[in-house]
Amino acid sequence: MKRRRFLQVSLLTSGALLVGAGCERESMPDFVPGEAWAPNLYVRINPDGTVVIVSKNPEAGQGVKTAFPMVVAECLDVDWKKVAVEQAPLDSRYGRQVVGGSRGTPDGWDDLRVAGTAARHILIAAAAAEWVVGAEECTTENGVVLHAASGRALPYESVLETAATMPIPNADDLDLKSRPEDFKLLGRFVPGVDNHKILTGQPLFGCDVRLDGMLYAVFEKCPAFGGRVAGANLEEVRSLPGVTHAFVVEGTDNLAGLMPGVAIVAETWWDAQSARRKLRVEWNNTHADSTSEYNRQAEALRAGAGETMRHDGDVETAIDSATQVVEASYYYPFVSHANMEPQTCTAMFKDDGSLELWAPSQNPRGGRELVANTLGISQDKIHVNLERIGGGFGRRLRNDFMVEVAWIAREVGRPVQLQWTREDDMRHDFYRPAAWHDFRAGIDGTGRMVAFDHHFITFGRDGEPVSGAGLSPRHYPAGLVPNFRLRQSSIETNVPTGPWRSPGHSAYCWAYQSFFDEVALAAGRDPLEFRLDLLSRVYGEPPLDVERAAGTLRVAAEKAGWGKRDSGPNRAMGIAFHYDHGGFVSHVAEVVADGSNVKVEKVFSAVDVGPVINMSGAKNQVEGAVVDALSTAQLEITFADGAAEQGNFNDYPLLRIDQAPEVEVHFIQSDNSPSGLGEPPIAPATPAIANAIFAATGTRIRKLPFRRSGINV
Amino acid sequence: MRAVTLKINGESHTVDVSPDMPLLWALRDKLDLVGTKYSCGIGVCGSCTVLVNGLPMRSCTMPVASVAGAEIMTIEGLDPEGMHPVQVAWNEEDVPQCGYCQAGQVLTAVALLERNPKPNDEDIDAAMAGVLCRCGTYPRIRKAIKRAAREGDDS
Repeated sequence: MKRRRFLQVSLLTSGALLVGAGCERESMPDFVPGEAWAPNLYVRINPDGTVVIVSKNPEAGQGVKTAFPMVVAECLDVDWKKVAVEQAPLDSRYGRQVVGGSRGTPDGWDDLRVAGTAARHILIAAAAAEWVVGAEECTTENGVVLHAASGRALPYESVLETAATMPIPNADDLDLKSRPEDFKLLGRFVPGVDNHKILTGQPLFGCDVRLDGMLYAVFEKCPAFGGRVAGANLEEVRSLPGVTHAFVVEGTDNLAGLMPGVAIVAETWWDAQSARRKLRVEWNNTHADSTSEYNRQAEALRAGAGETMRHDGDVETAIDSATQVVEASYYYPFVSHANMEPQTCTAMFKDDGSLELWAPSQNPRGGRELVANTLGISQDKIHVNLERIGGGFGRRLRNDFMVEVAWIAREVGRPVQLQWTREDDMRHDFYRPAAWHDFRAGIDGTGRMVAFDHHFITFGRDGEPVSGAGLSPRHYPAGLVPNFRLRQSSIETNVPTGPWRSPGHSAYCWAYQSFFDEVALAAGRDPLEFRLDLLSRVYGEPPLDVERAAGTLRVAAEKAGWGKRDSGPNRAMGIAFHYDHGGFVSHVAEVVADGSNVKVEKVFSAVDVGPVINMSGAKNQVEGAVVDALSTAQLEITFADGAAEQGNFNDYPLLRIDQAPEVEVHFIQSDNSPSGLGEPPIAPATPAIANAIFAATGTRIRKLPFRRSGINV
Repeated sequence: MRAVTLKINGESHTVDVSPDMPLLWALRDKLDLVGTKYSCGIGVCGSCTVLVNGLPMRSCTMPVASVAGAEIMTIEGLDPEGMHPVQVAWNEEDVPQCGYCQAGQVLTAVALLERNPKPNDEDIDAAMAGVLCRCGTYPRIRKAIKRAAREGDDS
């Protein structure tokens, strides 16, 4: 973390800072009386005193469109009520524009603070010049420069003309706010800037784009991944009501690119979709992946040793000499992203051959590159507007929908909106891969875990783990037990996989933290005390900041009344912690059981991501992650004949409100550089719930979804 | 194709569509009322919820011909200024994450409070269980409905 910040700072020093902070020009733009003035790409001050702050990253519900401008507003020192937020298009001057890896906040933190602070610095210099006093004698408050000694005040909008003549400050000389106690706006509960549009139904999302002469498209792909079109009844489809075009797209071999299929274009989406029901396609399939075959291969692989990825100490000897050995096998299935908004995108080619896209993409730059390469057009001829995303969770890091609509719009010669059906979405996802974890732990005479042996059976293609299927050998408990071994085996798959909210962590954390519970209980120890003890000894390079991790365990336990509260019959608590994407999170779940029927009543969460930017957005991410974890623990995608077997919410039933627990969130704030929150809270929620279910029912969940372990939630 | 007259948010609109076209697509593709959202297409997720004669209904499976003459309210018709107590409460509790399902959530809550101004947790869960939220905003939906019910008290 320190190293990356150093790199950022040195980038800033080299002059790239001004790019990073959105001030690439060497001098201020000219001031035109009566018009807005923009000291950099992020800030625009209007003559009426209102301020426009640009949000550079796509918004997928993670709250960045509110949080980022809040950082600029804090450092610029303006009244949030006078701020309007504007969504940036894809533009290289903004640097990274991605929703993913919870990296938005840590990556944006410095640039946004520089942009706000530099603009404030210039406005102070301008007022000081008008007053002929030293800038260091001036302060600001809510958009006004103050000179305390003379009692004078100038609102920002009245010094714009002078500000435009001031030198741009060196970013290294700026004093950037970083301590939670110094913040006026950051850390407060601020409602989302798009709430009004959402709550009044104004156009906002990708599917809300409406263009003159626009047609609507559906795109039928082979149910079995990678199948090609051998033939289709296109003549019949073209004759159906409202249909303007029907054609085969040859496509490519790239599962994350333009896959083969049949496009139907019509005056309304319903016309296109109605025609699709009469479409008959003959497919050439070459793959026949199936869940039953995966299971058979996993059984065969688990008898073998696997490839050793890391070995500390001597696991075999330590297990042979252990007082107790605990063994258990865990399995989780493939799952889908299931964004509420099925994939959609809109494209329009202009007469000069340039292309404009309206894309709800988490990675629009990657999408532009894919479109350019596939269609053979130059990237600088493609303009990408960033539309609000109806749920990301990693699905929209892949841009198949962008290249499909671009291809279709070029064929058609009119603006086109592509709208996938729910079934298209669920059957052509980039799934979170399944895996098997076989664990063995050795416990010594004092009840300590002294050996940890782990055989991880995952999915690969051409010998490499597929996207989302890897496991870092540095991951704890590596570094926390003296004898540690990670072995890996792999099953070949043709199924598209990809990042799914907190990739990897959101799946395997459940296996680790459930098994830690098994080890703790076998050793006769309290699960909290066992975990704190595990974090108290480090062997070699620490896999995580053990102090911050332990801090969240203590706070979650304290708030829940762990071990202090008589929870009553059939009621019990479970605990788990995790560290990923820079965030430390512990949850305590409280459940009540009636036989094998379980209700998750409440989850107590303790979160350390450094300073909190928007208390509302931050809490919302934690609450939602807990619900997401409980929902996903009850879902699975299975495959037969090379295709997904689930297609809609009737056979992939997301959690409903009547199953949702209350979530009580506590933050441990510090001036550590802030981490994102889209991901860290989800991983430890599943095991906290599963451990509570064991405590309440005696049923240890070693297979997901829950019902495969005999538990109904 | 057939001309169907719909009464939406207090105004009459005549659309020329095939009578089996679901109301959702008439709203979105014929009338540019895009606040109502498509998600499952089979009436199980509730994103496309509109009020028909005050009752929450799934517009994705409801043929336009079947609602000719009925009073239809979409999210655009609730209060364009966003000052309906449910809209105000939704903003103050900052319910939305991605926001895609929220039109369906809000209209379902409006219908609940119309018939039950003081719902308890069980009433809320029963009334709202038909509308899915992938982001998991359920805890805030409960809070926002209770807030809207309290605001209703004060007025």
